[in-house]
Amino acid sequence: MIRVVLPYHLRTLAKVNKEVEIQIEGLATQGAILDALESQYPVLRGTIRDQVTRQRRPFIRFFACGEDMSLEPTDSPLPEAIVKGTEPFRIVGAMAGG
Amino acid sequence: MSGVRVLVGTHKGAFILTSDAKRKKWNVSGPHFAGWEIYHMHGSPADPNRLYASQSTSWFGQIIQRSNDGGKTWEAVGNNFAYDGVPGTHLWYDGTQHPWEFKRVWRLEPSLTDPDTVYAGVEDAALFRSTDGGQNWQELPGLREAKGNLWQPGAGGMCLHTIILDPSNAQRMFIAISAAGAFRTDDGGQTWRPINQGLKSSGELPDASAEVGHCVHNIAMHPSRPGVLFMQKHWDVMRSDNSGDSWHEVSGDLPTDFGFPIAVHAHEPNTIYVVPIKSDSEHFPPDGKLRVYRSRTGGDGWEALTKGLPQSDCYVNILRSALAVDTLDSCGVYFGTTGGQVYASSDSGDSWMPIVSNLPAVLSVEVQTLP
Repeated sequence: MIRVVLPYHLRTLAKVNKEVEIQIEGLATQGAILDALESQYPVLRGTIRDQVTRQRRPFIRFFACGEDMSLEPTDSPLPEAIVKGTEPFRIVGAMAGG
Repeated sequence: MSGVRVLVGTHKGAFILTSDAKRKKWNVSGPHFAGWEIYHMHGSPADPNRLYASQSTSWFGQIIQRSNDGGKTWEAVGNNFAYDGVPGTHLWYDGTQHPWEFKRVWRLEPSLTDPDTVYAGVEDAALFRSTDGGQNWQELPGLREAKGNLWQPGAGGMCLHTIILDPSNAQRMFIAISAAGAFRTDDGGQTWRPINQGLKSSGELPDASAEVGHCVHNIAMHPSRPGVLFMQKHWDVMRSDNSGDSWHEVSGDLPTDFGFPIAVHAHEPNTIYVVPIKSDSEHFPPDGKLRVYRSRTGGDGWEALTKGLPQSDCYVNILRSALAVDTLDSCGVYFGTTGGQVYASSDSGDSWMPIVSNLPAVLSVEVQTLP
């Protein structure tokens, strides 16, 4: 079971709490997490990555185990703590304010 | 008893304002989609309970929401706006060619007859259509073949912001793009041609009378007279009496002919409304006085409508989609401001009152007249 933390706007859009749980068959990667997340919550399609190019949207980042994984290849294996569910995979929106 | 429903899109959510036909007491519902930009909401003429809303942010992209109960509940529908084939390129700010990139939906225009058919005007400028209630979207690519390589974004982006369906001819549509101009199809959207003859943009274009490139801000039409179009261009208020084949200026005695929205009275096809703005450098009313101008002669002769509107220290803007009318016997006129006010007149603009005063910046206002 992989835990995923969503930013506020995506939680309200998907009508879920802060953290959701997803199941992945096979190797746990960023791409696999997003595939599973979009399959479980179709309303999130296009909100985290572009539907055509599959590229991460510019103001979205991926954090795991205290590291910014945003620039890692989408098919790279994720840390074991993410795979085991002891740490959540965080999808983060860029800060805005001022 | 009949009434009105005012659909307000703001910088931070949607609001639905309802009243009976007297339009004195209002109920405010919202914010819906709190925190998201709502560029436009629109109801189906064929089913007033069917609403569509364009919801977006720069962070999370584009969502389309649909309601089947007049805005009480909503469901997200399709948001995949993929350009047809290889998207190609258009003119960029630096004069080079730049690939088309989808950014957001500016305008949703439901069919006049089918609640499940709806058009979407998007940035980068293109026209999409859904025939299944917004679940799936297909581009009408013929539009971008109308010299699309010469279109160029203005400072606000290259947006298709105006869609007008001709009630007398299902094959005819008009659209407008900033900064490309106005276009018309006579074959249901297969092919398009620029309709910008007579527009002059000497301050913005090297060729003031270019076939494309004009910054059209908004176009309005009265359904009983679909061959007559009124346009608020970047500068200049224009009129066409031949479905856009040619235009002539009707700015007349306006204090300034810069502005964004334009609307036509529901029962008087020759009565039109604009909100003059000082200039393209200063997006606020002249002299700090918020004045709607009405022409009862189809342009040229204008009168200031001020009763109930702030006449000092007012420096808001009224955006291109933020002016609308209802169709009650005494025509109602409505507009929203970047200061978060929505003003209503139940007497064709003679007098005004604020419905709400402290919303986020208003991006769009549409009005439904309910049976």
